[in-house]
Amino acid sequence: MNEFQIIRPAALSDAVAAFNDAEEAMYLSGGMTLIPSMKARLAAPQLLIDLSGLPEMQGISDSGLSLRIGAMTRWAEILRSDVVAGAIPELARLVGQIADRHVRNRGTIGGSIANNDPAADCPAAVLGLGATLITDRREIAADDFYLGLFTTALEEDEILVAIDFPKPQAAAYAKHPHPASGYAVAGVMVARMAQGWRVAVTGAGADGAFRLTELEAALQSGPVEAALEKIDVSAIQVLNEPAFPADFRRQLILWLARESLGRLAV
Amino acid sequence: MNDLRDRFTGRLEDRRFLTGTGRYVDDITLPHQAHMALVLSPYAHAVLRGIDTAEAEAMPGVLAVLTGADVLADGLGPVPPFFMPKMWGGPEGYATLRPILCTDRVRCVGDRVAIVIAETRDQARLAAEMVAVDYDPLPVVTSARAALEGDGVPLWEDNPTGNLSCSLEMGDKAATAAAFAAADVTLHRHFLTPRLAPASLEPRGCIGHYDAGEDRYTLHTSSQDPHGFRAVIARNVLKCAESRIRVISPDVGGGFGLKAHMHPEDALVLWASRRTGRPVKWIATRSEAMMTDTQGRGQEIEAEIALNRDGKVLAVRATAWTNMGAYFWGTATPPFYFAMQLIPNVYDLGAVDLTNHAVFTNIAPMSVYRGAGRPEATFVMERLMDEAAAAIGMDPVELRLKNVIAPEAMPFKTATGMVYDSGEFANMIRKARAAADWAGFPARAEASRAKGLLRGRSLISYIEVAGVMNERMELRFEPDGTLTILAGTHSHGQGHATVFTELVADWLSIPAESIRYVQGDTDRILVGRGTFAARSSMLGGSALLRAKDALIERAKEMAAVVLQAEIADIDFEQGMLKVRGSNKALSLIEAAKLFYLPAGPANLLGIGLTGAGTAAGKPGAAPNYPNGCMVCEVEVNPKTGALTIERFVAFDDVGRILNATLCEGQIHGGIAQGLGQALLEAMTYDEDGQLTSGSFMDYCMPRAEHMPAVDSYLLEVPCATNPLQVKGVGESGAIGTPAALVNAVMDAIRPLGVTSIDMPVTQARLWQTLRDAEAGV
Ligand SMILES: Cc1cc2nc3c(=O)[nH]c(=O)nc-3n(C[C@H](O)[C@H](O)[C@H](O)COP(=O)(O)OP(=O)(O)OC[C@H]3O[C@@H](n4cnc5c(N)ncnc54)[C@H](O)[C@@H]3O)c2cc1C
Repeated sequence: MNEFQIIRPAALSDAVAAFNDAEEAMYLSGGMTLIPSMKARLAAPQLLIDLSGLPEMQGISDSGLSLRIGAMTRWAEILRSDVVAGAIPELARLVGQIADRHVRNRGTIGGSIANNDPAADCPAAVLGLGATLITDRREIAADDFYLGLFTTALEEDEILVAIDFPKPQAAAYAKHPHPASGYAVAGVMVARMAQGWRVAVTGAGADGAFRLTELEAALQSGPVEAALEKIDVSAIQVLNEPAFPADFRRQLILWLARESLGRLAV
Repeated sequence: MNDLRDRFTGRLEDRRFLTGTGRYVDDITLPHQAHMALVLSPYAHAVLRGIDTAEAEAMPGVLAVLTGADVLADGLGPVPPFFMPKMWGGPEGYATLRPILCTDRVRCVGDRVAIVIAETRDQARLAAEMVAVDYDPLPVVTSARAALEGDGVPLWEDNPTGNLSCSLEMGDKAATAAAFAAADVTLHRHFLTPRLAPASLEPRGCIGHYDAGEDRYTLHTSSQDPHGFRAVIARNVLKCAESRIRVISPDVGGGFGLKAHMHPEDALVLWASRRTGRPVKWIATRSEAMMTDTQGRGQEIEAEIALNRDGKVLAVRATAWTNMGAYFWGTATPPFYFAMQLIPNVYDLGAVDLTNHAVFTNIAPMSVYRGAGRPEATFVMERLMDEAAAAIGMDPVELRLKNVIAPEAMPFKTATGMVYDSGEFANMIRKARAAADWAGFPARAEASRAKGLLRGRSLISYIEVAGVMNERMELRFEPDGTLTILAGTHSHGQGHATVFTELVADWLSIPAESIRYVQGDTDRILVGRGTFAARSSMLGGSALLRAKDALIERAKEMAAVVLQAEIADIDFEQGMLKVRGSNKALSLIEAAKLFYLPAGPANLLGIGLTGAGTAAGKPGAAPNYPNGCMVCEVEVNPKTGALTIERFVAFDDVGRILNATLCEGQIHGGIAQGLGQALLEAMTYDEDGQLTSGSFMDYCMPRAEHMPAVDSYLLEVPCATNPLQVKGVGESGAIGTPAALVNAVMDAIRPLGVTSIDMPVTQARLWQTLRDAEAGV
């Protein structure tokens, strides 16, 4: 690892200012992605700005219609939270499938969403529930947030502060974990929202997480089984990895959609 | 000796392993220690045009930047293979000479190009990135077959046979051809065994320390064979007397064959220490380990079997391509050899005609990995047996029973020249079949079918050849009557301290607490071969027995003097030296103490009570043949390709059992590795020779969740070739498991028209295979 400096600002504006003043700065949340890439020398920031001292980024609250989770909230806290269990239990179930307990004790929801690993689980919840991403300067709708592999609508110095998840009437997530890494080879979140169905796919897409709008429309207009029968996944652009043939990945999307819809029915 | 299981309360090693007081290389810090970082080739094949070290040399903390030119200037020699097939009666072959740093060419990703020595590990790594290397890329070939068939350019231009090192041939071509011509049925299959990463939990690591005052080197290294490392480094690299090198290998966190031979770093740290006047440490990162370690397996084979309708197997013919990687390195010969020689397995095959091509390619070198060729051989024979059974419509177990070698035929010489001393193969098969409730399978298959699942089963036999080379063990009483075992073998997880101590305590009737076990230090151990190829209980144990006998003989001399009797009249029983027919006796411990008194009988007999013993295995004497049976049952979801292991029974003949708990532990560990090979693991390279499985995010190690419940049974068929009557156990589980798993999968999916599936049988591959079968591809 290269030498670097680390600071822990107490105000969002200080964090952003420090970012812009430094030659090569990066924000640090749980460090579960950033520290390994620094060790592997894939990232070599001169300044690390630790976000754990910012009160706006902490805490979990239920506003009645939605669930707000501070970006600095660690996976383990989400899993333990009675508020999450009461508001969107499926979110806790999804988080329980991320990594292992050691990583969940450090990794944060904000770090994961900002990083936008195409194989991460959380994008399925953000897109699937139609969350709002609250930053230090604006609010971004989930549908406008994901711009491709490891790319988001966040500006370079922008800080993700909190995530606002609307409460679904019902939601379910199903995942096919990579046998080695445990990340999602594919993951599907289905949600019945007040405004209608949402279906989001993570892990599989060539450009990262995406909504399966065709299935959403089919669910809107007919019974689940008929909707599943109807949709065609053959044109979906999926990630290309020799260990996972494209057709297999497309097939996984269908199976996982079926599995999650099956769980919804129960 | 079975009662040892009842007495077993844990390993003597466990206290230090479980309380964090084990001592691995990275636990050692020498005063003024500096650190080494590697500059590795990012190209799989390139001409090395030049290296500019100026920028790196100017970096903070840097003590030295050394390249292949410095290696040549200092007269350090290249490293040949530890031995070649020729030594075992095989062909001559092209033996590569691998420099410890490349000078003019790199031949695989991870080839060592330069080293940086700096005050800290991070400074060394940072500076290593600043070493500017000018590469001129060459065409790359990663597949052995393609490398032979003219793709790529020769890796070794002075090799007259291009990318072929040698072709090993075994058997009788004419007899095999005749058998094939006469057979009712012949069938052909193509099998691939991917390369595997040894992935030891403790990565390779070493500290080199050159003492200028003594003109002597000390190497702390994670090794299975300290004396072997010393010999190669002294003879080939440093060109100095072996007495000028001390190799210390403390606790070793997993070897699996990876650490049976030195790697360039072991010599580099010694040289770097001499150049810088500082002890130099290097510990592989996981990424470096994945890229620079030798790998196991890597074989492609076209195999044929000929048999009659009644199930009598007449012959086997096969041509294999072994992917040696860029170098013929370390102990690559045994896997290359055994992959052919053990193909006859436990069967009386009429004739064989086997060829194995050792081929150079632009990937990491191949060497031993748990099983070393035996899993490949077992896979070929057992896959063919099941395919043949299906072809003639015979129960696969009956087919095996029809062809196994009978106990009365022992000693039995196989078509590849192995001489089995003992083995109850049919008995083993019947016992395993019963233990796994073979008869109850149809009902279970029906239950699976009702759930929409396919159930498949397999019963396979395997045989292993264990116990190579000779070994020496020494026993030494200390002046206070405590005892030290000086072991030539090397435990790296097997529990030797426990087993050897238990044996000696038992033989001498002295408390285990008064015995100390020492291994892994060339200054303390006269000579040792280390541990690999399941050799230690047979060779180490037998040598220990002889050391004990020598010790007792010498103790009798003391008893004769003290008790005023003839040596011939003294018996050793339960810790006492007794004069036959009298009540005169002297305890062994008292006798030992007398050997160390500053005056008295030791003046006459010589100071010190020690005993040394030698045992010999192949070549020159008979090895042993552990063998066994595995029964496996799987369920396959034909829609998704999902696979579960429903039943796994392992029956192993390990000869006389020294410690049943540790034997079963070895079997379980081996099965985990075999399961990894069958279902999860593969080292893969893209067409540019870039490693695409270089981390545990891609390379799937077996985990607890992957393991089935294993019913392990040990069958004691005493071995006839050694006084302890033991056979090896270390590799057994890894040898049969891949064949057992793949055969069970094939049994489940064969009815859908599938004739073959490659390892690892991942869900994606299984799904694709089933889909292709459905589409008639
Ligand atoms: C062994 C292992 C297994 C894993 N398995 C899974 C898995 O199965 N599923 C899964 O989804 N994930 C998995 N992860 C990833 C894990 O969830 C990480 O916690 C997550 O990717 C990053 O979160 P972090 O808080 O550690 O972020 P960090 O590593 O601190 O940061 C990641 C990146 O985001 C930036 N960043 C961080 N916070 C913010 C912010 N608030 N605003 C703007 N930018 C920010 C950083 O600058 C950095 O570039 C795994 C990780 C490991 C190590």
